[in-house]
Amino acid sequence: MTAFDTSSNEASVLRQVLRSRSLIIGLVLSAVFIGAALVSYVWTPFDAEALNIPTKLKTPDAVHWFGTDHFGRDIFSMIMVGARTSIAVALIAVGIGILLGVPLGLASAARSGGWLDEVIMRGNDLVFAFPALLIAIMITAVFGPSAVNAIIAIGIFNIPVFARLSRGSALSLWTRDYVLSARVAGKGALRISIEHILPNIMNLLIVQGTIQFSLGILAEAGLSYVGLGAQPPIPSWGRMLADSQTLITLAPHMALFPGFAILLTVLGLNLMGDGLRDLLDPRLRNARR
Amino acid sequence: MIYGKTGFAVAAALAFAITGGVAQAAKTDIVVGLQLEPPHLDPTGAAAGAIDQVVYSNVFEGLTRFASDGSIVPGLAKSWEISDDGLTYIFQLNEGVTFHDGSAMDAEDVKFSLDRARAEDSTNAQKPLFADIASVEVMDPMSVKVTLSKQNGSFLFNMAWGDAVIVAPESIADIKTKPVGTGPFVLSNWVQGDRIELARNPDYWGEAVSLEKATFKFIPDPTAAFAAVMAEDVNAFMAFPAPENLPQFDADPRFKVLVGSTEGETILAINNKMPPFDNVKVREAIAHAIDRQAIIDGAMFGYGTPIGTHFAPHNPAYLDLTANSAYDPEKSKALLAEAGFADGITTTLKLPPPSYARRGGEIIASQLKAVGITVEISNLEWAQWLEQVFRGKDFGLSIVSHTEPMDIGIYGREDYYFQYGKPEFQALMADLDASTDPAERTSILQAAQTMISEDYVNAYLFQLANTGVANMKIEGLWANAPTQAIDLTGVSWTD
Repeated sequence: MTAFDTSSNEASVLRQVLRSRSLIIGLVLSAVFIGAALVSYVWTPFDAEALNIPTKLKTPDAVHWFGTDHFGRDIFSMIMVGARTSIAVALIAVGIGILLGVPLGLASAARSGGWLDEVIMRGNDLVFAFPALLIAIMITAVFGPSAVNAIIAIGIFNIPVFARLSRGSALSLWTRDYVLSARVAGKGALRISIEHILPNIMNLLIVQGTIQFSLGILAEAGLSYVGLGAQPPIPSWGRMLADSQTLITLAPHMALFPGFAILLTVLGLNLMGDGLRDLLDPRLRNARR
Repeated sequence: MIYGKTGFAVAAALAFAITGGVAQAAKTDIVVGLQLEPPHLDPTGAAAGAIDQVVYSNVFEGLTRFASDGSIVPGLAKSWEISDDGLTYIFQLNEGVTFHDGSAMDAEDVKFSLDRARAEDSTNAQKPLFADIASVEVMDPMSVKVTLSKQNGSFLFNMAWGDAVIVAPESIADIKTKPVGTGPFVLSNWVQGDRIELARNPDYWGEAVSLEKATFKFIPDPTAAFAAVMAEDVNAFMAFPAPENLPQFDADPRFKVLVGSTEGETILAINNKMPPFDNVKVREAIAHAIDRQAIIDGAMFGYGTPIGTHFAPHNPAYLDLTANSAYDPEKSKALLAEAGFADGITTTLKLPPPSYARRGGEIIASQLKAVGITVEISNLEWAQWLEQVFRGKDFGLSIVSHTEPMDIGIYGREDYYFQYGKPEFQALMADLDASTDPAERTSILQAAQTMISEDYVNAYLFQLANTGVANMKIEGLWANAPTQAIDLTGVSWTD
């Protein structure tokens, strides 16, 4: 008993994946960066935090594939470790958003129209009214800048996104016959939310999660760029861009590589999100058939 | 490049021929770029260096003034006599000096200015400059007698500071927005957040200046500063914030790069009262862990002179004590082990915004890590830095440039943020104040330099270079910065 037809077998899912070019490009790009982040735990060409002033501002060559920065650090290694920072911050932030936002949204839908619904949704509106950057500035003003505070800021911003999404889609499910029969069978709101509503909005959450993940990477880069994200010496793409700013005429490679890293990761995750939506959203899928 | 410059000259000559060889009058206006906008324009009311940059010598003048080489020359006082006991100074003022509002500057104004600066409720940022004044008396309209409570060999030097300029009593209420001084330029317009315009003072008492109009334009962002210079939107940019761009300006025939000395001793400040830094061995270990040349090359792109004590290398009394804290990571590790910290130390490194601090901090963090000292970097805005580090003394390490001239006396203050204040040092400073004999002063200053160097109070990094960029045709800008001033009185265009 589910909201949409699950008759498609595994082979046809695979066929659909292969047919969706954007999904494949997205998956490949995301895999490259997630792979780079994972590999960086065990190996980077150079120590990403080791300064070597005499070899500063080297253009890309066989030794330093992406050149070196103004402290002589290897940019390729920094991008690998920076991927780790970006992915970790964005992933945890999205996790916070899902873990707090989805239960709030489900509770809100279960008590639709009640005071709990009002409190949760108006609270969401309040958080939504502040941009993530502003929240980050407020948090760092109190606790000082760090990667953890960037995670909290981006995470807080993600809560209403998931709360609204799950409330909206849960509301339409609450009117379905199978939910009605579950209620008749005597199941409480909590059990219905977990057993019947949550599995049926999972596909939407996955798609939204992918998109929020890419926004999180962008937000982390933005916060680091203005100095509110991960603090030196931990490499971060946003700070690499900020560092390159005054050197852009002298050493354009310092800006190009982290810039491309952000662009391609965000592009990859967005394409993946798009592709997943084509694959998972029942309405779109039925329309295509 | 020689070819390029010749080509340029030929083109210029051709252009000259085509325009018929009519001699063009030299430009008489200048746009000077500055990174920071002054909070207000009263140099006697706040420490902000940006105020002095705009008004020192241009709008306001003192009894004495700094020349570009840092020496003290007469200002509003044309001469002075010092009594044999060194306690009485009689200043003879220049005749015919008027304030911008037309009123005459006389001995009453001098008395008012000095009394105002040393008053109980004065907001002057450098009150110690006036601390030794016992009384100021008007002898006649053109002479003032200043009596000191004790001998002070640097009194004439103190009177040259921007904090000691002469102000008009009737203008005090509005001085922050409408400064009324005696200088060769009058404030004509202040567009807050953008620029300050000065116009030539037609009634100036001294030698007339060649500029008719000067504009200070505020460009905080280094990238925008670079673009503004390249586009020739500004004719000169003093204290250019991005040293990495200077070689490019140098290679461009349109510009010249001015590299001079400043009074800015850049130090890795150590909180002397906070364990483990109360242990001199730990401080010595930090000093030996630091490779100054790497910091100068990496953070300042080669601009800067290594220092081994808190003293400006261009000062005749300077001692080169860099050998006391030579780069020696092995010795540093041994010292840490000796002090009982073989497993290393973890501390904070709080950095204000300038690039010497932010970039220098990353380099120092990596150098300290190599000997086992782990630092947590936190980047602070100036207001936060003043609050947490300077006033709150809540820091382990910090990097800052001390830009006041001859400021070794801060080591005698126990409550100063790095908290040294050793009684022996205070005694040296008392001797210095009591001495007027140049040779004796030099030897006291050298003893003081040696003491703080051997006590490893702070880790001394480098003397900040004064790096500016200006149009090739501008002459007379100060290359050195004996005080935070952009003195436009001698500036002119060559064609």
